[in-house]
Amino acid sequence: MPIKHPNLKLTRLTDAVPTWAGEIAVENLLEICRQVRDGGGRLVALWGSDARELRGGFMLHVTLINETGLVCLHVPLPEAHPHYPDLACIFPAAARMQRATYDLLGMHAEEAADHRKWLRHGAWHSGSFPLRKDFDAAASRTDEAEDYPFVQVEGQGVHEIAVGPVHAGIIEPGHFRFSVIGERVLRLEERFGYTHKGIEKRFESLSLQQGAKLVGRVSGDSTVAYAWAYAMAAESIAGVTPPDRALWLRALLLERERVANHLGDLGYLGSDVALAFGFAQFWILKEQMLRTNAALFGHRYLMDSIMPGGVAVDVTAEAKRVIAEECELLEREAATLRGIYEEHAGVQDRYIGAGRIEPKLAAQLGLCGMAGRASAQAWDARVQFACAPYDKLDVRMATYRNGDVAARVIVRFDELFESLRLVRQILVNLVHEEEATPALEKLPPNGFGIGLVEGWRGEVMVAIHTDAQGNLARVHPHDPSWQNWPVLEHAVIDNIVPDFPLINKSFNLSYSGQDL
Amino acid sequence: MYQILKQILKTGIKSETPPQGDESLRVLEQRLQQDILDVFGGALAIRMVDAGSCNGCELEIHAVNNAYYNLEGLGIKFVASPRHADLLLVTGPVSRHMEVALKRTYDAVPEPKLVVAIGECACDGGIFCAADAGENYASCGKVANVIPVDVAVPGCPPTPTAILQGILTAIRTAK
Repeated sequence: MPIKHPNLKLTRLTDAVPTWAGEIAVENLLEICRQVRDGGGRLVALWGSDARELRGGFMLHVTLINETGLVCLHVPLPEAHPHYPDLACIFPAAARMQRATYDLLGMHAEEAADHRKWLRHGAWHSGSFPLRKDFDAAASRTDEAEDYPFVQVEGQGVHEIAVGPVHAGIIEPGHFRFSVIGERVLRLEERFGYTHKGIEKRFESLSLQQGAKLVGRVSGDSTVAYAWAYAMAAESIAGVTPPDRALWLRALLLERERVANHLGDLGYLGSDVALAFGFAQFWILKEQMLRTNAALFGHRYLMDSIMPGGVAVDVTAEAKRVIAEECELLEREAATLRGIYEEHAGVQDRYIGAGRIEPKLAAQLGLCGMAGRASAQAWDARVQFACAPYDKLDVRMATYRNGDVAARVIVRFDELFESLRLVRQILVNLVHEEEATPALEKLPPNGFGIGLVEGWRGEVMVAIHTDAQGNLARVHPHDPSWQNWPVLEHAVIDNIVPDFPLINKSFNLSYSGQDL
Repeated sequence: MYQILKQILKTGIKSETPPQGDESLRVLEQRLQQDILDVFGGALAIRMVDAGSCNGCELEIHAVNNAYYNLEGLGIKFVASPRHADLLLVTGPVSRHMEVALKRTYDAVPEPKLVVAIGECACDGGIFCAADAGENYASCGKVANVIPVDVAVPGCPPTPTAILQGILTAIRTAK
C-alpha cells in the first residue's frame, strides 16, 4: 500500500502501471498530500468532475506519485459552493491546475494565493462553467475580453516587454510578459489558454474509438504517448491486457516518437545559437525518419496507430530490416553531430549556464520529464514503473545535474542513443503472432482508469471516467507541460532576453497540451 | 570547422523538385492581379499564425523549411511580423481566445495579401468541433469563419509537399 492513513481505503486498479484509487474526505486531503511530499512524492495531475447526476455534488481528483506507484484520490465536494483547501502550498505545480479547475467547473481552491482565471479569457462569462453537465454554450457566450492583472515589477529602469500571443517564429500561441532592466530579465510571467478549444468537453460526446483519435491530437508532437496512455486507461477499466506483440509495437512507436522529437529539437537548439548547420543536418535525419514512418506505418507522426485494446499497425520482416538500418544510420550521424556540438566553442558558450534550474528548486517545483532529468530529478516511468514491455527492456535513465541548456542537450543526446538501442531490442523481441488484435468496443459502466506513459517530454497521463451506460463521462488528458511551464519562469531569471528563445526551446513545452 | 565542412560535403544536396500548384485547393476566386503575383512569386514573405492547433500542423510547417523541401530556395521565407508579410499561413480550429489576435494579425498584413488555411481543422473545424455545428463553446471552427481564406489545404497534418502546393497555388493565377 503506497499511502497509509486511517480514513483512506485504497483499492488497486488493474493497471499496467501500479495504481491505487480511493475516496477521501476533504478534511484529510492536505494531510495526505503533505505525507506524500515529505516522502519524496510528487503531484501528477489535479482535475474535477461533475458528479451531480451520478451521486450528487462535485468530485476533485488528485493523482500523486511516489516510489511505489500512482495514487488517485477522489474527493467528494458539496453541490453548493464546492471548495477544497489550496494544495499549491504543498505542490506549487497545483496552482494553475486549480485555477483551470475553477474556470471549467467552478470548484474553488480556498485560500489559494492566486485566484486569477487561467484557461478562461473571455469566450464564456464568469459564473458559467463548460465542464458542468448543464452548461449552456449559447447562453454563456460572450465576446468581452476581460482584463488580466499581470504582476507589475516597479523600480528605477524597469520596463516590460510583452510578447504574444502571436509569436515571431513558427510556434504555438501564448503570452510572455518580461520585466527587464536593460537586457537582464527580472521576471517572466506566462499567460496561456489561447489554444483552449474545448477538448475535455468534446470527449463527452465521443465514442471510445473517436476519443482515441481526439486524444492523439491533444498535443500533436506526443500523439503516441497520449494514445497509449488513453488505451492503458481504457484497458484498465475493461480489465483486458493487449497481446504481447501489440505492446512491443507500442514501445517501438513511442521510442520512434522520442527519437524524432529529440532530432528536431537538437536541430533547433543549433539554429537558436546561430549554427544553421545543426538545423540543416538534424532535420535531414528527422525527415528521413518521418518518411520511414509514412512508408511503414502510414503516418509521418504515427497518429491513430494505437487504439484501445491493441494497435492499428504492424511490421513485416522487411520493415524490421529498414528500421534496423535506419537505427545504424541515425546512430552514426548523431554521434558525428554530437562531436561537432560539443567541440564548438560558440555553441557551448551559449549553452553552459543558460537557463539553469538547480536540482533543489527542480524538486521543490516538481519539474518532471526530460527537463527534470537534466536537473537531477531521476524519474522515468519506463524505469520506475516499467509496464510491459519495458519490464523486459532494462531502460537506462539519462540524468545530469547541471540543469542548464547544456544539460538538457546532453540528456536529449543520451536519450536519443538509448532509444535507438531500445528500438533494436524491440525488433529482436517482436516475434510473429497469429493472434489478431481484439479492438475494445465499449467500456463497462461507472468505471475509472488511469494510464501513464513516459512520452518524450515527460509523463503523459490520461484518466477516463465512464457513466452508467459505459460512455465517456469525463476524460482528462494531462501534459507534463503543466508542471514544467512554471519552472521556465524561474529558468530565465537573470538571463538576457535574447537567450529566452534558446532556453524556451531547451524545454520545448506544449501549449496545446496544457490549454486543452 | 573541418568537421562541419566534411559533414556538409558528405551529406550532399537533398533538395527535391517543388510540387505544382493544385487548383482544387482554391477556395476564393483569384483576388490578385497577375502582375502583383509575379512580384510575390519572386520573393514571398509568410507570417505563420497558430490559431489553436494541436501543434501537429506546426511540425509539418517546420519540415517545409528542411533541406528536402528547401522553401527558401524558392524565394519564400517566414518572417517575424505580419507587417512584413504577403501571405498568412493559418492553422488550427480558430479558438475563441485567438479570434481577436488572428483578426488583428490579418489587419496588420499590408494589401495585397493572401491567406492559406493549413490542416483539417483550419478547413472545417476538424475533430475538435461536432460536424453539424462546426464550432463549440471555445472554438470558432474553420479559419474562413474569422478571416477570408484563399486556399485551404486539408490533411491531419497535411504533408510538407501539400503545404508547399497550397502556398504555390495561392500565388499562381488560375489558368
